[in-house]
Amino acid sequence: MDKYINAPFCSEDIKDLKSGDYVYITGTIYTARDAAHKRMYEALEQAQELPLAMENNVIYYMGPSPAREGRPIGSAGPTTASRMDKYAPSLLDLGLKGMIGKGKRSKEVQEAIVRNQAVYFAAVGGAGALLSKCIKKSEVIAYDDLGTEAIRKLEVEKFPVIVVIDSQGNNLYETAIEDYRR
Amino acid sequence: MIRTIRTEEITKTIKEMCIEANHYLSKDMDKAMKEAVDKEESPLGKQILHQLQDNLQIAGADTIPICQDTGMAVIFVEVGQDVHIEGGDLEAAINEGVRQGYVDGFLRKSVVSDPIIRENTKDNTPAIIHYSIVSGDKMKITVAPKGFGSENMSRVFMLKPADGIEGVKNAILTAVKDAGPNACPPMVVGVGIGGTFEKCAIMAKHALTRNMEERSAIPYVKELEEEMLQKINDLGIGPGGLGGRITALAVNIETYPTHIAGLPVGINICCHVNRHIVRTI
Repeated sequence: MDKYINAPFCSEDIKDLKSGDYVYITGTIYTARDAAHKRMYEALEQAQELPLAMENNVIYYMGPSPAREGRPIGSAGPTTASRMDKYAPSLLDLGLKGMIGKGKRSKEVQEAIVRNQAVYFAAVGGAGALLSKCIKKSEVIAYDDLGTEAIRKLEVEKFPVIVVIDSQGNNLYETAIEDYRR
Repeated sequence: MIRTIRTEEITKTIKEMCIEANHYLSKDMDKAMKEAVDKEESPLGKQILHQLQDNLQIAGADTIPICQDTGMAVIFVEVGQDVHIEGGDLEAAINEGVRQGYVDGFLRKSVVSDPIIRENTKDNTPAIIHYSIVSGDKMKITVAPKGFGSENMSRVFMLKPADGIEGVKNAILTAVKDAGPNACPPMVVGVGIGGTFEKCAIMAKHALTRNMEERSAIPYVKELEEEMLQKINDLGIGPGGLGGRITALAVNIETYPTHIAGLPVGINICCHVNRHIVRTI
């Protein structure tokens, strides 16, 4: 069913989200992909502070194309989430509540989602032009030198995503396929 | 007769093609995506396919790349043997076209200079260039920017001759099953059968650039393409990997003679943003 939710999240919102729900997110979310995750992970290993607090926040696995003049961002669709699997459990244990990407997650990530009562959403892969329309503001807040892979703070309005793994560990990628397999 | 082509023309052509390919799907792909909307039975799958239609419309109207992963520029260059290239180095001219296309066209720079050190080259060069020398006095250029969500799910299998056609079918299904939602279905599956280790991979890549409405001219290969499309769609993976009938839009297979001891199979998976355009200069 269709649901509307504000980001950062609160725990009650997350409990309501079920695998298969179509959700529109409004509020503040952050981008990070491969290189930013590697840096954050290394920072944690050296007991340094992260450039953004994880508590209740949502990370969008995305590296945009450059913005044309007068626009906040270029094409902005999700990247494959599994490349962040190595790093995601540590961030979830620090309070990260939502991840937006596309594709399968590891068993370790799924367990960390349930353990921390978080949620994994898919955005439609390859719909970068459409999704860019829901991003109203974009600002690089860390790792500027990484270019498209820098950490960006995004203001989003009715950003469309689908709940894949909910806080109970239901996984839409596993259940939905069964209905159409022949 | 020798015909002269200036490198400036090559650069300009490549630049325009990089920009065009990233904003507009070729007609055959566009048609396949429209047909998919009608064929899909899953409500969520249909909704996703509608979103992708909207996405294509916005990309063209507002000049926003169809996908933020504007790819590594894969370029097939067929050079007529009666062509003389003037004005500098051909490879430099091609890379300059890619550089200008990606920088001036607001496309994403996704290339790192070294696979381990990983420093962004900031202009999306170098391109991956496949040359062939053909007869004639023209140069046929195919630009196919390739995103890595699906590239990462591609495979090469060195099968045994005894594995035969059943082995090939299993290899294709294994690759597609493993790719699942990661490769942004509905996908296009390029397959190269035969040759050597590298030849089958290059054929698989080249197969992706084939017009979506064309089937192989070899009867058993055409049958295999149709059978595999059906089998892949029976997996139920569907648009976005969220269940449905349309997992793939086409299976394109190329073959080549091979060694008595081998049966190489390359499977190059492409997402629904299967960009390929051709120009002849």
